[in-house]
Amino acid sequence: MKSAIIVFPGTNRERDMAIALEKASGTAPFMVWHKDSEIPDVDLIVVPGGFSFGDYLRAGAMAAHSPVLRSLKEKAAKGTPVMGVCNGFQVLTETGLLPGVLMRNAGLKFICRNVGLRVETSRSLFTGGYEDGQVLSIPVAHNDGNYFADSETLDRIEQNGQVAFRYVDETGETSAAGNPNGSARNIAGVFNKDKTVLGFMPHPENAIDPAVGNTDGRGLFDGLVRALS
Amino acid sequence: MSISNTAITPEIVAEHGLSEDEYASILKILGREPNMTELGVFSAMYSEHCSYKSSKKWLKTLPTEAPHVIQGPGENAGVIDIGDGEAAVFKIESHNHPSFIEPYQGAATGVGGILRDVFTMGARPIANLNALRFGSPDHPKTRHLVGGVVAGIAGYGNCMGIPTVAGEVNFHPAYNGNILVNAMTVGLAPADRIFYSAAAGAGNPVIYVGAKTGRDGIHGATMSSTEFNEDSEEKRPTVQVGDPFTEKLLLEACLELMATDTIIAIQDMGAAGLTSSAVEMAGKGGLGIEMDLAKVPAREENMTPYELMLSESQERMLIILKPDAASEAEARAIFDKWELDFAVIGTLTTTGHLVLKMGDELVGDIPIAPMVDESPEYDRPWEPTPASAVVVASTVPAPASLTGALKKLIGTPDLCSRRWVWEQYDHLIMGDTAIRPGGDAAMVRVRDSKKGLALTVDCTPRYVKADPETGGAQAVAETWRNITATGARPLAITNNMNFGNPQKPQIMGQFVGAINGMRAACNALDYPVVSGNVSLYNETEGAAILPTPVIGGVGVIADIEKRGTVAFKATDEAIIVIGETTGWLGQSIYLREVEGREDGAPPPVDLALEKKNGDFVRGLIETGKVTACHDVSDGGLAIALAEMALGAKGLGADVAPQSGLPTHAWAFGEDQARYVVTAKNADGILKAAADAGVSATVIGTTTGTGELKLGTGDSISVSVLRSTFENWLPDYMAVS
Repeated sequence: MKSAIIVFPGTNRERDMAIALEKASGTAPFMVWHKDSEIPDVDLIVVPGGFSFGDYLRAGAMAAHSPVLRSLKEKAAKGTPVMGVCNGFQVLTETGLLPGVLMRNAGLKFICRNVGLRVETSRSLFTGGYEDGQVLSIPVAHNDGNYFADSETLDRIEQNGQVAFRYVDETGETSAAGNPNGSARNIAGVFNKDKTVLGFMPHPENAIDPAVGNTDGRGLFDGLVRALS
Repeated sequence: MSISNTAITPEIVAEHGLSEDEYASILKILGREPNMTELGVFSAMYSEHCSYKSSKKWLKTLPTEAPHVIQGPGENAGVIDIGDGEAAVFKIESHNHPSFIEPYQGAATGVGGILRDVFTMGARPIANLNALRFGSPDHPKTRHLVGGVVAGIAGYGNCMGIPTVAGEVNFHPAYNGNILVNAMTVGLAPADRIFYSAAAGAGNPVIYVGAKTGRDGIHGATMSSTEFNEDSEEKRPTVQVGDPFTEKLLLEACLELMATDTIIAIQDMGAAGLTSSAVEMAGKGGLGIEMDLAKVPAREENMTPYELMLSESQERMLIILKPDAASEAEARAIFDKWELDFAVIGTLTTTGHLVLKMGDELVGDIPIAPMVDESPEYDRPWEPTPASAVVVASTVPAPASLTGALKKLIGTPDLCSRRWVWEQYDHLIMGDTAIRPGGDAAMVRVRDSKKGLALTVDCTPRYVKADPETGGAQAVAETWRNITATGARPLAITNNMNFGNPQKPQIMGQFVGAINGMRAACNALDYPVVSGNVSLYNETEGAAILPTPVIGGVGVIADIEKRGTVAFKATDEAIIVIGETTGWLGQSIYLREVEGREDGAPPPVDLALEKKNGDFVRGLIETGKVTACHDVSDGGLAIALAEMALGAKGLGADVAPQSGLPTHAWAFGEDQARYVVTAKNADGILKAAADAGVSATVIGTTTGTGELKLGTGDSISVSVLRSTFENWLPDYMAVS
């Protein structure tokens, strides 16, 4: 699997993502600078976490208008899989590739901790490494992860099976206690309609190594490699 | 020479924090009256913050050398060899005064400043730590200060993408009017690619890079060198404003530049901005420097030479480049890529003078060597702190039950969980955090290796107040012990000396005592000081803070898989206390929180015993003989056991108090040099301890009951302890 990681000046989890992709696929990803207008031909494009342009406006708002995003949108339109993690999810919603928006956390504070994450469907090229309903423990680290969309949109994406992950509590339930940031219907990640674009807040790239946590994030990368190699 | 229209009156001299003697020295150095710009430069250089004039005499007595020390104090940060061609670069620095005036920006720029100190030396920062001290929880400002400081640290560090992995947070009324915000950064660099600040090569260009210069932070160094009074709020304009996004760009641009072969010297602009960076670089190189201040990228219009020299705008660096055009072009391209200012503002000269111009106009001319050499150094009078009486444990009333007292203690501001704080810090970015916040020391892996760095910050100010020498030694020993409890080998420290007004002999006596204790501990533990910072005049309306010499410790472990961690691992394991328990209640948290007494002598620190016990425990961890390890500190044995149970799910402990002691002194006494370990098999450990002459006592076993039992008929549910432990801080902060 060949992959490319988009790097904005304030991106800061690109190295973590590159390690995770290389470990799973055996191939180091291309690092594509935001001013580059062309993304190489790859099997997967990843927009990683960070603070793309400082996020003094809305998180991801300025990044959505950078030169590289034009190339990304073209490739996404042709079906190249795109994955946005954390700030990358924010960028993808700002570009309109994914439905909804990400608002300030309900508690108004940055949150860094492991959360319970339920895989809503294993039938996608991103989530094939997991079982339906599998509950993972994956870290989040964000200030603006509060997923919001109007209820019609939420109903529609649920009916289309576009919800990829939900936050759950220790018992595996989508309770308020299990929702770290106030996201609508505990939604942690969503697909586009064709399930070729995925965005989510948690950081599976920080859950791949037993020496520094758990390996619950590996399923995502291994699943991608199986689907895209 | 253009002299500004302002005549230098005694009032202006005093406003610049200069004494009559210091001003007389300035007149002698210049052979004339200074203009305002020159006076400003002298004022910054002679401030306590830049000159260390009250502390230098004593700091010089600390041990700073060891075979693994690459760079000791005197540079932007200390550097130690951690093996395999790699170096750890680290320093701690205070931002106390700004954080009290404007907590978010004060704390944020404190983080920004210490990050720059580390990456100036060529290191990529890999961890942040902080030591925070706030006033009484009941004080009307405390909640606002806690919220602002924590958010400021989070805002800056998270955006930079550096994990904040450890720290301490304490509360005491002595900090009501003067909080402490000490920030530490640890970075990694190739041991043979360290960058220094000494300029070289007359004629070489002086380059300004980073953010533009504004009017923020003018005279920050002078402000931080005076006491607070009721007008301090008016000093808010002297607090710097941080922009972590710009600093992230500056970090990446500097590291990219450092990978080229174009830099001769580099120095960040921290306290006293362009003044101290230019003077230090030229001074260390034995050169002069001439700068055209009109070329300094300015954020505001009509900035005067005085303002440009003294602004403490953040995210700026001064670089001496190689003189060839190719080097300049290569460097400029990197800063263009990162969209940062890059300006040639001057050249190095052979004159030995700091020459300042504004276009063609000469606006300042100061001989550097005399200014640095004549920099004031005081031998301030000091009085030793009177000894406190030892509190006899048997005279301290016993609680109704040990577990009842434990429940009370674990829900107090100084012992409860700091989760509310560290969950606001991204402590997982970089994917190398092997021990997360909440343990004895944090541990971060050295990327692409099995090696780890153990990191901690510690100080017990109530001990230092009662006995500065013991307290100074204890602060060093506690960092050493916390690192040891993870299985790592402690290598070196950085210190942040937070004290009151050194012109008061009692305060100076605290400083001297603490230094004496630290020196003894550093020597006994082979644990030198490689960097540090001094913050004096931490007083409000004449009342000083507790003397707070915060120590940041760094250790190394060869294989992170072998690390020791706090939580109980399994049932039916032996619980063993390493070190002797005498039931020392003087200055204990128990005495303060249960009896309402802050008195007595602090627990003695026997450095030879610390070393012996610690080396023994590290050996147990290295050889895999123990399953958990925790150092015993605030709150004593009962708190240590509770924390070990809280870290596990569904486990508890059944332990029996030591006979011959009042049980509450056994449970809550704060004897030093102690650890609690668990093991499947105690016999081997007891025998090895006997052979090593180390005290080791089995006090009980781990259980699967989820109860903590402290002697017959006295137990408490760990889940009750957990909610008490976890709830205090969030509940406190939830009140608006």
